[in-house]
Amino acid sequence: MQLLSTDISLILEKFSIIVIVVLALLGIALYTTFAERKVAGIMQDRYGPNRAGPFGLLQPLADGIKLFFKEELIPLASNRILFILGPFIAMFTALITGAVVPWGSQLEIFDRTVSLTIAKPDIGILYVFAVVSIGVFGMMIGGWASNNKFSLLAAIRGASQVISYELAMGLSIIALLFVTGTMNLGEIVTQQMAGGLGGLLGWNIFMQPLGFLIFLVCVFAECNRTPFDLPEAESELNMGYHQEYSSLKLGFFLFSEYINMIVSSAVMATLFFGGYDIPFVDETALSAAWGNNIVAILGILMLLSKIVFFLFLFMWVRWTIPRFRYDQLMDLGWRKMIPLALANMLITGVVTLWLNS
Amino acid sequence: MSITQILFWFLSALSILSALMMVTSRNPVHSVLWLILVFFAISGHYILMNAQFLAIVNMIVYAGAIMVLFLFVIMLMNMNAETEPQKNKWLKMAGAIGSGTLLLVLVAALRDSELRGRTLEGPEGTIGLVKQLGAVLFTDYVVPFEISSVLFLSAMVGAVLIGKKD
Repeated sequence: MQLLSTDISLILEKFSIIVIVVLALLGIALYTTFAERKVAGIMQDRYGPNRAGPFGLLQPLADGIKLFFKEELIPLASNRILFILGPFIAMFTALITGAVVPWGSQLEIFDRTVSLTIAKPDIGILYVFAVVSIGVFGMMIGGWASNNKFSLLAAIRGASQVISYELAMGLSIIALLFVTGTMNLGEIVTQQMAGGLGGLLGWNIFMQPLGFLIFLVCVFAECNRTPFDLPEAESELNMGYHQEYSSLKLGFFLFSEYINMIVSSAVMATLFFGGYDIPFVDETALSAAWGNNIVAILGILMLLSKIVFFLFLFMWVRWTIPRFRYDQLMDLGWRKMIPLALANMLITGVVTLWLNS
Repeated sequence: MSITQILFWFLSALSILSALMMVTSRNPVHSVLWLILVFFAISGHYILMNAQFLAIVNMIVYAGAIMVLFLFVIMLMNMNAETEPQKNKWLKMAGAIGSGTLLLVLVAALRDSELRGRTLEGPEGTIGLVKQLGAVLFTDYVVPFEISSVLFLSAMVGAVLIGKKD
């Protein structure tokens, strides 16, 4: 049996990393909901949740328990199987994006070098794109299966929004690929670590400022965050595509949005801000002095703090900028973002060719 | 059996089963979802041959973009199992005979072809990786590649022209 001869410890190692990443994503998402309400409170000059536990820290648990114990309603006229499948797909696709993100360099445990990336395919970025484009189905199926005109409208809005902004996103990534020459996310991080000032000057944001801006706007649209949260525009569509959902299935939809935010923050940090690179610090010299494991853990913390910064940016924008109208959204996507991304791609291509020849 | 073989049989069974389900489903939305599963299984086959780029593009373009458009059309037209027109019995029989004949011709044509007995790219193959594929596309197959890109461009221009109001 060849099956038994495979490296069992490798399988165990990967399995434990997957479990840790999934649990960490869920945990961070839980507290992102809390942070969102706190940030909103501070920006609007009020307290935010402060009743459950010290500083309201137990609020997300209370919310979770409330969602858990609510009555589970499935509309009679709905398509039962697809109605249940919708939130499942949304959650699943949100979680599996984390598979290719390099969460850290590598740890040495019991003479084994454990890489902190779950999978390192050659096509890292494209994998993220594929999962994002599959993620639309969760919203579409959920909205359609509810058999409610508002849900259907919201689902169609959401899907067309995601498809439109995927184009500009892809074009801005192509410009980035001209610079890096690889699609492997791990290699992109290693390249950025080699820059001056302990890696800071190697960050791709300095090579691709316009590309990053386009990417950021597109990420806001892909995550259905304000100012582009048209699928959930409550003044026009009641509650959007999860109108008919209740209990844990509603929780899945809301939660998957936060997990999407976290993972796209991680992708942005990896592509443009050096991933787990610590600025002003030469990692190889530091790991010679302190040992590999400590530097790796510091790197993970660095990536986490970058993610937290982006999450704050998401909330900051949400409570600052009002929602776009639907035609404005489409106009921005097709008439401004795509030409801008094309111009960025052309200029980058010409400059890269000129520098390389 | 090695892991590759187990995965191969699993994916083959999955793709054939979901293809059958796609054809036999009464509800068009279910059909689209089964078709997406078929694309996933085919992407899995590509990954078994280490054709990573092909696998992921198959997922982005077919399972992602095109199937979303299919769903759009079906959802907006509100096609349900009840509204599906019942086809004529003779029409069904003609369809079965026609496709059976096509299958017969294909099998007969491919039975003695050169493709038989050629080994496929294994899990260690590198031809499907982005670098190799790009190099081949831009050297050996540059003319067909450029012609197909012109075709895409003209399709895009046509779509924009149709989309304009007047």
